[in-house]
Amino acid sequence: MYSPRSLQCIGRLVLSAACLCATTLAQSPKYKVGRAPTAEEEKAWSITVLPDGAGLPAGKGTAVEGKDVYDRRCAECHGNELQGGDSSALIGGQGTLATPKPLKTVGSYWPHATTIWDYTNRAMPFDTPGVLTNDQLYAVVAFILFKNGIIKETDEMNRETLPGVKMPNAGGFVKDGRPDVGGGARD
Amino acid sequence: MRQKPTETPSETASRRKFLSLGAAVGGALTACAEPQEVVEEAPKRLGRAPDKYGERSPFERSSRLGSASKNPETGSTRSPLQDSHGIITPSSLHFERHHAGVPEIDPAKHRLMIHGMVERPLVLTVDEIKSLPSVSRVHFIECSGNSRSEWTDKKGRTAQHSHGLASCSEWTGVLLSVLLDEAGVNPEANWLIAEGADACKMHRSLPLDKCRDDVIVAYGQNGEAIRPEQGYPLRLVVPGFEGNINVKWLRRLMLSGQPAMGREETSKYSDLLADGKARQFSFTMEAKSVITRPSGGQELAREGFHEIAGLAWSGRGVIERVEVSTDDGNTWQDADLQEPRHRIAFTRFRLPWTWDGAETVILSRATDDTGYIQPTEQALIAARGHNSDYHNNCIKAWKIGADGNVTHV
Repeated sequence: MYSPRSLQCIGRLVLSAACLCATTLAQSPKYKVGRAPTAEEEKAWSITVLPDGAGLPAGKGTAVEGKDVYDRRCAECHGNELQGGDSSALIGGQGTLATPKPLKTVGSYWPHATTIWDYTNRAMPFDTPGVLTNDQLYAVVAFILFKNGIIKETDEMNRETLPGVKMPNAGGFVKDGRPDVGGGARD
Repeated sequence: MRQKPTETPSETASRRKFLSLGAAVGGALTACAEPQEVVEEAPKRLGRAPDKYGERSPFERSSRLGSASKNPETGSTRSPLQDSHGIITPSSLHFERHHAGVPEIDPAKHRLMIHGMVERPLVLTVDEIKSLPSVSRVHFIECSGNSRSEWTDKKGRTAQHSHGLASCSEWTGVLLSVLLDEAGVNPEANWLIAEGADACKMHRSLPLDKCRDDVIVAYGQNGEAIRPEQGYPLRLVVPGFEGNINVKWLRRLMLSGQPAMGREETSKYSDLLADGKARQFSFTMEAKSVITRPSGGQELAREGFHEIAGLAWSGRGVIERVEVSTDDGNTWQDADLQEPRHRIAFTRFRLPWTWDGAETVILSRATDDTGYIQPTEQALIAARGHNSDYHNNCIKAWKIGADGNVTHV
């Protein structure tokens, strides 16, 4: 005769064995398609930079060096003073977000400095993305941050310092609270 | 119903003159002035032989509408919803929005990498993906900037202008959950960062719960391969989420413990509120509808019977009800809903209507199966202010003039 306690114990054991089994099943490949990427392949494809700086490569630059990169590679579309032109303004707009004419720029709106590096690396210059070296990227990001009054002209941006830059609108984002009108169930 | 051709000022003037003359001298003269009806004679000639890939009739001119841009590779085109029948948008008329042009991709050389917080990083060929269990599902995709003009005084003058950044297709592919199980997702992962093979390597972060639910890695659209401008050879279809997250030319899926906070999910596609704070990760496209016939730019040629028809959709589920008002919102009638009604898909609604020739305003209002009712513009502005830009799903009104012309209000 088993005591209620030992029954409970056996029950727990059976349950955890079943859980373990289910986990193992869910985690083993069912169709066995594809191959593993090579280390070089995975490194080359891994361009995402996360807000904590994960994914940032070695390299460094300051706004002093970045001005030259900006003038040659960015000014044509974003304006000599970052004021915008054929493409968006990269400067200004601080204090406008709650006004009838909000100006959303790197300085007034973007919450993470890492995003500037990530986006410039993956997508800029518009017609020749991928031509900037890592040092040039750190430098031009430093230049944009400096022109927005966020860092000093001589501050070096690298994979340690960039994630630590506090953006003016870092606290400007809230969770999606919809449905805010129209009734209905929440997501 | 006629689609009004674009008139020059002199044409408009002569038409007005003609109308007033007709009214002055009575019906007889008007009848004489009616254009001669030309009817095709019985066929006497052979038609053309079969062709390898079909083309529409040369008499059909419905087309996507683009806008001039200094950098057209970042542009968009809008679907001609006012010309559409049923619920499927022809692939050739599906709206477009690109951030760095349409890449030309050889599917034999294309690979999808799944990596990051997984047990087994994978590189898959398109053929390998096609060998897996497949699904075909009808879903709309809508740019969250659709109906942006409706926030402003310059409202879209046709359904294409105001609502054309939405389209609906039957998508075929593999459920993303199948691929995630193949790679074995680590328990600490809760985001998936999807990236395209366009020149800007556009990427977005998706909550993992959604990825395990109903997201498709699609290779088929309306019975054939996805069109290049829709992401050939692979795209994500994320049912009910804003268009931008349905990443085209899908190349990489990275499992992560945090979102990327990429440019498209911070500086763009976030919704600025009146207090200067912005909603982020506002994924869902809420219930919406638009009357497509009669709609802006069209003309009711005569008094009498006209079917009112339109499209309704919700990113949360099934359209349960569409009400139509033909008296500027004073009274509402339930429209018929075309079956089958798919989840997170265009639903066609229809209402028989007899126009008495008087000026009026017509509107439609959709309700989905969560009980959500499409709001008015005033309700949206009261909740969000004037700077939201994205996610405008307000009720759309069309004015029908006594002359039969349909315009935006």
